[in-house]
Amino acid sequence: MRNLIVKIAIASGKGGTGKTFISTNLFNVLQKQEMNLALVDCDAEEPNAKLFLTEGKLKNTYEVNQKVPVVDESKCTYCGKCAEYCNYNAIFFLKEAKVINVLEDLCHGCGACSVACSYSAISEKNNLLGYVNTFEFSPKSALIEARIKVGVYSSVNVIKAAIKKASDFNLVLFDAPPGTGCPFIQTVVQADYVVLVTEPTPYGLSDLKQSIETLKGMNKSYGVIINKAGLGDEKIYDYLNKENIPLLMSVPFDKNIAVSYSKGELLTDLNSEWEEKFSQLYNTIREEYGNSSN
Amino acid sequence: MKIAITSERNSLESKMDTRFGRCAFFAIYDTETQTTDFIPNPAKDSSEGAGPKAVEFIASKGVSKVVASEFGGKAKSLLDKLQIEMLHEKDKSIAEVIQQF
Repeated sequence: MRNLIVKIAIASGKGGTGKTFISTNLFNVLQKQEMNLALVDCDAEEPNAKLFLTEGKLKNTYEVNQKVPVVDESKCTYCGKCAEYCNYNAIFFLKEAKVINVLEDLCHGCGACSVACSYSAISEKNNLLGYVNTFEFSPKSALIEARIKVGVYSSVNVIKAAIKKASDFNLVLFDAPPGTGCPFIQTVVQADYVVLVTEPTPYGLSDLKQSIETLKGMNKSYGVIINKAGLGDEKIYDYLNKENIPLLMSVPFDKNIAVSYSKGELLTDLNSEWEEKFSQLYNTIREEYGNSSN
Repeated sequence: MKIAITSERNSLESKMDTRFGRCAFFAIYDTETQTTDFIPNPAKDSSEGAGPKAVEFIASKGVSKVVASEFGGKAKSLLDKLQIEMLHEKDKSIAEVIQQF
């Protein structure tokens, strides 16, 4: 029987706290232990995990498209039913002036407008949203990268497609996009456990609170990693204590770590102590996940 | 000529609403009859695409100018297409804006 799939999202509210630092190093350590796993780089607007995980070989590239409606105005009677069916205001319609425009950026590709039209005036075309690139490290491990096309309004569909590509692995890590908007939600909603990476600054704390409020609303279990510890103040520790939120790991504010990261190096390749710490981090996450109510 | 003005409330003393797509009311001023109608903005609570929806609404009212503090990208291109002139004003009451016409 196959092992139960476990999905862990590495997320943060604030950008630049170290999501990719944590997720690439965690992937590196577990990959070396020959685990069956994938890292999905869900930061589709600027995926960068590949910069650190250079050994993966590009195995395939998959296009992500979305169906958008095309209105044939020679058949259109300007009844307005399609605009009425559209939940996203993606069909701009003026009855008297006989203006009908598809606002492709707002379209979610649901197809309701095609169903609404009784005059066969709506057909669909494919719009390219982005790509999912799979890089193989071994037959058992891969980096799956979501990458949107420049100028595309929402990264959500490309993220979903990338996550779907990872469904054959036993352990899946998500390097989540920053913020608490739709891309973040679409990533963490698929996770069994969420690791929030933050820094001990007022800005880090404020955004951590927002992420936690969002995760509470989604009924997700989570723990926190403090990166750049020693920077800022103690308020984040008081908050974690008060809210009884597990602190999974702490990474010091260390110039050497920053320098190696800036060169695209993996700390867990350079330093066996950190290799051990990241290995331990995985065990801690599994324990926390096992103890959680989900 | 009809002019749409974003408005916080439904009175001439009301301040302009700082948002276009999600303004609370549109004040529709008719320069010929010199009357002003206040109509709740049906796009106000749209989850997405409030700007285009608001353009659709004011265009259906037959306005040729619209006064707001700022316009979003999607609203702007639609207003351009429909040749509805965009005018920028800030922090004024509806009565103060109307005086200019």
